[in-house]
Amino acid sequence: MKTKRMLLKSAAVILALTVAGPAAAQANKPIPVVATFSILGDMVERIGGEHVAVATLVGPDGDTHVYQPTPADARAVNKAKVLVVNGLEFEGWLDRLIDASNFNGMRVKATDGIEPIAFEEGDGHAKHDDDEKHKDHEKQDEHAKDDDHGAFDPHAWHSLSNAVVYVDNITATLSKADPSNAATYYMNRAAYVAEIEALDADIRAIVAKLPADRRTVVTSHDAFQYFGRDYGLTFLAPQGLSTEFAVSAKAIANLIEQIREQKIPAVFIENISDPRLLKQIANETRAAIGGTLYPGALSAPNGPARTYLRMMRHNATALARALGS
Amino acid sequence: MIWDALLQPFADYGFMRRAILGSFAISVGATPVGVFLMLRRMSLTGDAMAHAILPGAAIGYLIAGLSLGAMTIGGLIAGMAVALLSGLVSRITALREDASLAAFYLISLALGVLIVSTRGSNVDLMHLLFGTVLALDDAALILLCSITSLSVLVLAALFRLLVLECADPQFLRSVSGLSAFAHFIFLMLVVLNLVGGFHALGTLMAVGIMILPAAAARFWATSVGSLVLVAVAVAMFSSLIGLLLSFHYSLPSGPAIILVAGVAYGISLLFGPSGGLIAQAMPRRHSEV
Repeated sequence: MKTKRMLLKSAAVILALTVAGPAAAQANKPIPVVATFSILGDMVERIGGEHVAVATLVGPDGDTHVYQPTPADARAVNKAKVLVVNGLEFEGWLDRLIDASNFNGMRVKATDGIEPIAFEEGDGHAKHDDDEKHKDHEKQDEHAKDDDHGAFDPHAWHSLSNAVVYVDNITATLSKADPSNAATYYMNRAAYVAEIEALDADIRAIVAKLPADRRTVVTSHDAFQYFGRDYGLTFLAPQGLSTEFAVSAKAIANLIEQIREQKIPAVFIENISDPRLLKQIANETRAAIGGTLYPGALSAPNGPARTYLRMMRHNATALARALGS
Repeated sequence: MIWDALLQPFADYGFMRRAILGSFAISVGATPVGVFLMLRRMSLTGDAMAHAILPGAAIGYLIAGLSLGAMTIGGLIAGMAVALLSGLVSRITALREDASLAAFYLISLALGVLIVSTRGSNVDLMHLLFGTVLALDDAALILLCSITSLSVLVLAALFRLLVLECADPQFLRSVSGLSAFAHFIFLMLVVLNLVGGFHALGTLMAVGIMILPAAAARFWATSVGSLVLVAVAVAMFSSLIGLLLSFHYSLPSGPAIILVAGVAYGISLLFGPSGGLIAQAMPRRHSEV
């Protein structure tokens, strides 16, 4: 008798939970959001705060170019209400992941509305096979037909004015997915954008002090075109744009020649590329090794670039220190 | 001038000098080992071993970062373990050595990939493991040259034993207890040279410089000694030309070196006097005399 009553009771509880569940969840349970890599994840956390539960696919110090999604990623994407992606073919593996996971939430392309920088011709970047059709940006596809890579440089977050566009896109989509908290999202956005603009002014002030002949930098991964455009610096790299490219002796010789001729003061090691190559180049040219720049991922939580804003500040100060000395 | 094209890159750039020194060291160390692999019909063992050391090096990388020592030791342990275990199994049980080697290297590879993907940050590990000959630092060069010296000395000491083991393993086993010993020492040399090679050329390319020159030499020489000499010459030639092509025509250096060795193999296949295609098609007057 006792067991039967308990059974009934628990059945009632389960029924109550299933009926009440969705309604209750909408009021106070954070909405599941998936961001493709750490920088987007950080932005979503700043905007969403406690109202979102962010899962980041490519974690700190990870290389998004060559990432291979796992089944756990597909599960996370499947459950997500909002999927935040960079776009500009940065996540070459994304379309397959979305197909595989039956994602039916909202997808926001953070780079929507920025002014992308086109790749220069003849750079020879190795890129992911572009056989997938991108319905949402046909214009890009037309370009991509001519080349074997995406037409634009995807590392757009290195411009703080682009970051504001990122933040606006994310805020708009979060508010659409979760209208009850939209006011909070827009409040967080305003605070965040203020910080971004303050940092932008700081970096401009730092970079403005650099003399005109000390504005060229060598890095191991050609990812700083947007940074260069915003702040008037030139970035050279021994590799092409993507990290999966095998390097030729000619490319290195050319770079060494350029460092010698232009008396480039510093080379930078990045957190996601082979540092041995840059050390060799530094030895050969007696350029200083300027420290670590973070091109495509945040550092681990105890590192110097654990948030997007810290990353941008770190990169700018490291550059200014090496170039100014 | 042609000498400008050949020598100027090495005069101008330290990284080219390091690259040629590193690849010459590999040519002298790994290629003789490749000759013996070929003679013992174990050419594919080199490839299997290359896969077997990869996970060990990966684990070394995960523990100590991009440290030459940790990656070398990890690779050595994984390679030795696979070599010893497969040898042991083939000697104790009915399973042949090729099958047990295949089993163990696949297990090792799968284990390595598993550990890397569950524990590592998602740095492109293959990129790090597939070293480039253009980024050899002092430590890597010293390691390469040490491995080459050790390898040459051991080969010299065991030369007769190894030749006998290649020619008539049954005979050697019947007259001497050294057969198993020679076999394991030899496998260790294979592992050692592959571990050295992956720092410079990357794991798979290291197999290429080991096997291709040996296969090419087979069409030019008949005695073991001359096979070794020709193979080393082909390997050094391929390294030099490959690096120069990489320099003048913007080709990635590792594949360029191996492809030159591949072309050398193709030419040998056609024109080699000892069993080459054209030599076989010609009337056999000279060889009968």
